[in-house]
Amino acid sequence: MNIHAVRAIYVKEMMRFFRTLAQSFISPVLSTSLYFVVFGTAIGSRIQEVDGVSYGAFIVPGLIMLSVMTQAISNASFAIFFPQFTGTIYEVLTAPVNFLEIVLGYVGAAATKALFIGVVILGTAALFVDLQILHPLAMIAFLVLTCTSFSLFGFIIGIWARNFEQLQLIPLLIVTPLVFLGGSFYSISMLPPVWQTISMFNPVVYLVSGFRWSFYGAADVPVGISLIAIAGFTTLCLLVVYWIFRTGWRIRD
Amino acid sequence: MTPIVDVSNLRKTYDGGFEALKGVNLAIEQGEILALLGPNGAGKTTLISTICGITRATAGHVRVGGFDNVTDFRRARALIGLVPQEIALEPFETVWNTVSLTRGLYGKPRDDAHLEKVLKQLSLWDKKDARTMELSGGMKRRVLIAKALSHAPRVLFLDEPTAGVDVDLRRDMWETVKQLKEDGVTTILTTHYIEEAEAIADRIGVIRKGEILLVEDKQTLMRRMAQKELRIDLVQPVADLPAALAGDNLRLTDDGHALIYTYDTTGERTGITRLLAALSDAGLAMKDLSTTQSSLEDIFVGLVKEEDAA
Ligand SMILES: Nc1ncnc2c1ncn2[C@@H]1O[C@H](COP(=O)(O)OP(=O)(O)O)[C@@H](O)[C@H]1O
Ligand SMILES: [Mg+2]
Repeated sequence: MNIHAVRAIYVKEMMRFFRTLAQSFISPVLSTSLYFVVFGTAIGSRIQEVDGVSYGAFIVPGLIMLSVMTQAISNASFAIFFPQFTGTIYEVLTAPVNFLEIVLGYVGAAATKALFIGVVILGTAALFVDLQILHPLAMIAFLVLTCTSFSLFGFIIGIWARNFEQLQLIPLLIVTPLVFLGGSFYSISMLPPVWQTISMFNPVVYLVSGFRWSFYGAADVPVGISLIAIAGFTTLCLLVVYWIFRTGWRIRD
Repeated sequence: MTPIVDVSNLRKTYDGGFEALKGVNLAIEQGEILALLGPNGAGKTTLISTICGITRATAGHVRVGGFDNVTDFRRARALIGLVPQEIALEPFETVWNTVSLTRGLYGKPRDDAHLEKVLKQLSLWDKKDARTMELSGGMKRRVLIAKALSHAPRVLFLDEPTAGVDVDLRRDMWETVKQLKEDGVTTILTTHYIEEAEAIADRIGVIRKGEILLVEDKQTLMRRMAQKELRIDLVQPVADLPAALAGDNLRLTDDGHALIYTYDTTGERTGITRLLAALSDAGLAMKDLSTTQSSLEDIFVGLVKEEDAA
């Protein structure tokens, strides 16, 4: 195991994050606050309690997931796209590192950043609503797994993308709709039956549901299934990354 | 001694179907400076990229320090430093950080003293906190060299290191390469200038269209390069060389119609005057005279022509 290489990549990526710390900090705080003003206060006052919690509190887990997923994807995809764009990827390709070390460095850093954002949002939310976290360990597990799996997914997008447009394409066309329709702002049980069935094909539903369960103890799908879903997604992404480095797809001629 | 870099039967066909390397064999000795000379598109970069792991070989093997560069890539690559042909640096990183990054990637623990030595040697020390995008082209290339030396490699690849480079950098670079050689480091550089290969290399390899045409000791090569042939057509064919003319450099064509004299253009005297005098003394009448370059010179002229056409 080339620990020095993992650390070198991780530290480099984190330094990039710290250079823009204020920006990394302010933007989630601001957007979360806006969500609370719009959804929590303006709309939430007209919506009754959902699953026994106030609407403002109900949307907190979904809000965190929303930001964590999009941040993880954009961080990781940019982190591996940029070296290909500048040509500096040659260094990683010629260094004595295997795929796991490269992934640990880049994905580890992207996941750390996403986790940081998630915690910031949680803290901001606590200023607006009374939060309770019934299962803190499960909450942390869901958060860390989501950061990791979506960073892995972003990493794949970053390798696949040939230009900046493509880099934005998948998050915009697929991830954002899935996340918004994933039960972040409502309970699946509030939907007509047809849409409930359709929602079951949306992987994000399982994440949000499991994560919300760790807060309030109520879920749209059994929590065990949520865990299996996210573990499965993580494994799938890892396998794809392994295959990419195995075959050199899009990174080695 | 086993070669430090051993390339055997290396082939590379790109996805589009273009065959950039057509079975390259090359044995590079520890501590030597080898210049790979060839026109644009000859396959120099492809060869280096395949040795270093940027591109995957279609067939054949590469061993570095005795380690296979695919099955034992960690130990093989740990020995290598690469300065790529194109400048590629992350714009927002400082010089110090980007050089440290390379050292880490190669699995070496932090060593500020070594980095300081490398940066000073390349006149980069006062730029260590500058972001790479603030540097001039020449300075960027220095940074690439510093990165390649950050982990003290045993084999250094310089891909067209002097293309578009100022005199100072060229001098510093050759100075660096010579010092590395004293430490037993092997250097492989590519160029399309024969003068450059002549100035720095111990051995010169000529590559064209994905094939190594020859690899030869520089001195031997230069001597062969400098040779010319003088052909003297005779009015009357002769059966044998007159005894008075016999010598290493003169031979008779098979049909006896002409004499071929080989001489060194860089020698103090070519011996042509003496030969012609001796010919008339021997009573041989000359019909015509012509000179031709050695076959090697032809190769280089050919290379240059291809270059111009490109
Ligand atoms: N990625 C690639 N895909 C297809 N062909 C390539 C690629 N890279 C190089 N080539 C071709 O391979 C040949 C050798 O290129 P290269 O190794 O860069 O030559 P050199 O470095 O000697 O100028 C050229 O004809 C070039 O067009
Ligand atoms: Mg080249």
